[in-house]
Amino acid sequence: MTSPAIKINGVHKYFGSLHALKGVDLTIEQGEFFALLGPNGAGKSTLINILAGLIKPSAGNIAVMDFDVVHQYQQARQLLGVVPQELVFDPFFNVREMLRFQAGYFGRGPENDPWIDEILEGLGLTDKANTNMRKLSGGMKRRALIAQALAHKPPVIVLDEPTAGVDVELRQMLWEFIKKLNRAGHTIILTTHYLEEAEALCSRVAMMKQGEIVALDSTSNLLNKFAGKQLRLSLGKVTLPQGLLPMLRVQDNGIFTFALSDMEQIEMVLSGLRAANIKVLDMQLSEADLEDVFLSLVGNHS
Amino acid sequence: MMESIKINASIRGPWTLLKKELLRFWRVAFQTVAAPVITALLYLLIFSHVLDKQVQVYDKVPYTAFLIPGLIMMSVLQNAFANSSSSLIQSKVMGNLVFVLLTPLTHLQFFSAFLFAAIIRGLVVGLCILLVSIWFVDIHMANPWLIIAFALLGSALLGTFGIIAGIWADRFDQMAAFQNFIIMPLSFLSGVFYSIHSLPPFWQKASQLNPFFYMIDGFRYGFFGKGDVSPLISLSVVGLSFLVLAWITLKMLKSGYKLRT
Repeated sequence: MTSPAIKINGVHKYFGSLHALKGVDLTIEQGEFFALLGPNGAGKSTLINILAGLIKPSAGNIAVMDFDVVHQYQQARQLLGVVPQELVFDPFFNVREMLRFQAGYFGRGPENDPWIDEILEGLGLTDKANTNMRKLSGGMKRRALIAQALAHKPPVIVLDEPTAGVDVELRQMLWEFIKKLNRAGHTIILTTHYLEEAEALCSRVAMMKQGEIVALDSTSNLLNKFAGKQLRLSLGKVTLPQGLLPMLRVQDNGIFTFALSDMEQIEMVLSGLRAANIKVLDMQLSEADLEDVFLSLVGNHS
Repeated sequence: MMESIKINASIRGPWTLLKKELLRFWRVAFQTVAAPVITALLYLLIFSHVLDKQVQVYDKVPYTAFLIPGLIMMSVLQNAFANSSSSLIQSKVMGNLVFVLLTPLTHLQFFSAFLFAAIIRGLVVGLCILLVSIWFVDIHMANPWLIIAFALLGSALLGTFGIIAGIWADRFDQMAAFQNFIIMPLSFLSGVFYSIHSLPPFWQKASQLNPFFYMIDGFRYGFFGKGDVSPLISLSVVGLSFLVLAWITLKMLKSGYKLRT
């Protein structure tokens, strides 16, 4: 049996009196494309920083392919490529130099150059390989940051908000490349605010809230379990019958959104409205997405 | 596969960091090498012009000849400190130190790379000043091994101190305070420009509490075969100070002080 890519065991983290992580347990298998979602302050980055060795856990432990990130940090970090959230760069060097340095820190030398060329091409950086980091645009800097995390060809790749502030074209290019890496066997762990990305890419999702994991399941199960379908009705200024209130999710300016677990509930809503003499002005039925799951679990403040 | 990566990593990892640190200062050599050489030359021109005829030190050693080793060593020390401290504070403020912190480099490898880069920068600056000084006076070296030993140990000591300052400081003004309130006074009051025997007894005693004094005096002993104290005492003080600071630095790095929260 292969060891899990990541195994997180009862991890707690205190920052003074703030209990940032409250006993997180999570196992991510090799080859998974995994999403870690949650509002700001949920503890995603803290968890990733503990995994990367940038923050020390107050209790519990994390292992990367069975190597403890504190006690066997050399082996653990060798297996891990982390894309930091902040757009940081070293202004003294060009893109290719930075990638060679980064690979070199992990013990990789000139034999790694073809891989660096592959990353540069995959992320659309070939033209900028000899450009100083300082002279790159924001989007290009973001690509270089991702390239740096991949320079030593790590089997486990962690992307902390990699597409924040990135244009659509780059996002597509990035995801194509990351999907290719995933198909080649790399484990991908992603935190993102773009829930549609997680929905489209990830096979499994964990949602965090206030330092705890509040949901952990396959993307499809989560979508089925939590939301089903959504019915948006334009009703104008009316008062809903009591019987329909449990299904009501959002009410905004005369537009009412109901969460339905099955299709039969449509008729239930409509007959309830008819009985109360409320006229439907417009109607829209849509599949629930991860955002609905997210909102129903973590509230409306992402 | 993993084994071969591990073996290579133990050498190539720190070597890469050293190479990066060397390139970092070499890319801006105008600021990191040429500028301190010019500053030292200006000191040399001004002080030798004003004092050469009036002051003689150690019987018959002209002031300019006396001044040169002191200026060289002061520049070696200041630049070794500047290299490690400025690299670390810049990387911390810019946030790019994370690229090194994410790697499997051990605290000893991290320390060694920054230390050797600091030593090399100090020696390059010192060598340039020495080469230019040859135009001014005949340089005589009574004991070149002492010169090399003090240059290496002195730059190692200040390079290490620079790492401590770089780890401790969170902002550029804190680093400037280190430079202006510790490094500059200690180096200016260490006997670069005078022999401490020319001082009143109290200040002679006070000077002997300054570790910079032993580095300057020992280094100068290598040139003239004479000094204010025995070179063995100087070597012991500098060597011991280096070991203590290196131990503190390694402790800081191992615990992740200010780098890994």
